[in-house]
Amino acid sequence: MKWWKYLAAVLLFYAAIAGVLLPVPRRVILNETIRNLFFHVPMWFAMTVVLTVSVGYAVAHLRTNDLRHDTWANEAAKTGTLFGVLGILTGSLWARYTWGTWWTDDVRLNGAAISLLIYGAYFVLRASLPDPQQRARIGAVYNIFAFAAVIPLLFVLPRKFDSLHPGAGGNPAFSNYDLDHLMRLVFYPAVIGWILVGAWLTQLGVRLSVLSTRLDDQEDAV
Amino acid sequence: MPSILRKHCHAPRDNQAGVPCYILSTFAAVSLRQEIQWLIRREAVQEWRQRAALNGLLLYVGGATYICYLSVGARAGTVPVPTWNALFWLILLFSALNAAQKSFGQETPGRLLYLHTLVRPEALILAKTLYNAGLLLGLALLAFGAFALVLGNPVADPGLFLTALGLGATGFAASLTLMSGIAAKAAQSATLLAVLAFPVLIPQLLLLLRISKNALDGLDRSVSTSPLLSVVAVNLIVAVLAVVLFPYLWKS
Repeated sequence: MKWWKYLAAVLLFYAAIAGVLLPVPRRVILNETIRNLFFHVPMWFAMTVVLTVSVGYAVAHLRTNDLRHDTWANEAAKTGTLFGVLGILTGSLWARYTWGTWWTDDVRLNGAAISLLIYGAYFVLRASLPDPQQRARIGAVYNIFAFAAVIPLLFVLPRKFDSLHPGAGGNPAFSNYDLDHLMRLVFYPAVIGWILVGAWLTQLGVRLSVLSTRLDDQEDAV
Repeated sequence: MPSILRKHCHAPRDNQAGVPCYILSTFAAVSLRQEIQWLIRREAVQEWRQRAALNGLLLYVGGATYICYLSVGARAGTVPVPTWNALFWLILLFSALNAAQKSFGQETPGRLLYLHTLVRPEALILAKTLYNAGLLLGLALLAFGAFALVLGNPVADPGLFLTALGLGATGFAASLTLMSGIAAKAAQSATLLAVLAFPVLIPQLLLLLRISKNALDGLDRSVSTSPLLSVVAVNLIVAVLAVVLFPYLWKS
């Protein structure tokens, strides 16, 4: 096992324990739910990083026509989607106790839903193309198009619309006073840890996919 | 057909699809603009020869408007502005999906291969996008007319509203034409087109709904400047991406 996998495990154990035990600033309404910052926000960081990697592999595939790049793009997209789902679940739970509702009409929430829809469409598209070369190429085209056309907007749009979400519409984000030094000590390790876990999951997915293709080929040969 | 092509064309009447003879473009150096012009002409000719698709679209807009009118159950002028706005853009969105569906869905593989030998892929995607933009603008104006007739016309700032329609038509056309090219490669392309296009269109749709709402309410134009600029930027990004990515799609 590579060193960075140990690092990921250590960082996440630390973030999980310190995130629950360390003192946090007392805020009205937020109260203890402020700790969700350690668990919810890293999901979006990790998702953005992993999906960017996926698009990078899609570009690499279009340049080289190498099917391995496509496998990486696909598996990274799967990991990114998993983080997206976890991000929505943790966010929804948090919203229930601070906003009093599981879901509300808010640009950030819409953005999260849109990015999940994109990758849902990506997987449906892949599933409906039986030829591996064609699937890889067309999947890469959609991956790049959807990512480049939508993801930047998810960072721009919240500035244009009013939002309840922290970090938008005048609500404090972790960039200013909300995130004190102690919180940073937990938050950044958690982000790094989850990104590393994302890389780990993707690597495992790729290995599994390569092995199952090899198994299929062997069965075909027999 | 650009004159440079026509000069060399041997048998223009033989072509049912309205495509020129293969030899032509190999002889004459044809600019991208000429190719686009010719392709747009081809789209229009093809559309006119198979009027069923076009008539179907017109009926779709008319029928959908009438269904909205009946289901809202309101007489002209009594529909709340946000409802009018939402219904209008939804109908536009679904009409656009239907219009884009035939963009690549109607081309036979043989015809696409033939075009592949004739023109640059950039010319094809640009021509189809421009044609679809024109078609969608026409549909949007028709839908506006139909809405004004049965549900009343609450638009307080027609200039801004028409700008939103124009931007919406070009933006939808730019995204949907590429999506149509993608979906046409797969089975069940009708469902797939909608699934692929919805998430990409939602941000544009949100911005357009906002501009359109401002136009309906007749708010000061300065309120709409920022979303207008965003929509223009999104349209540009989408169009550039489509032109860059389409050649890869065509190769497969």
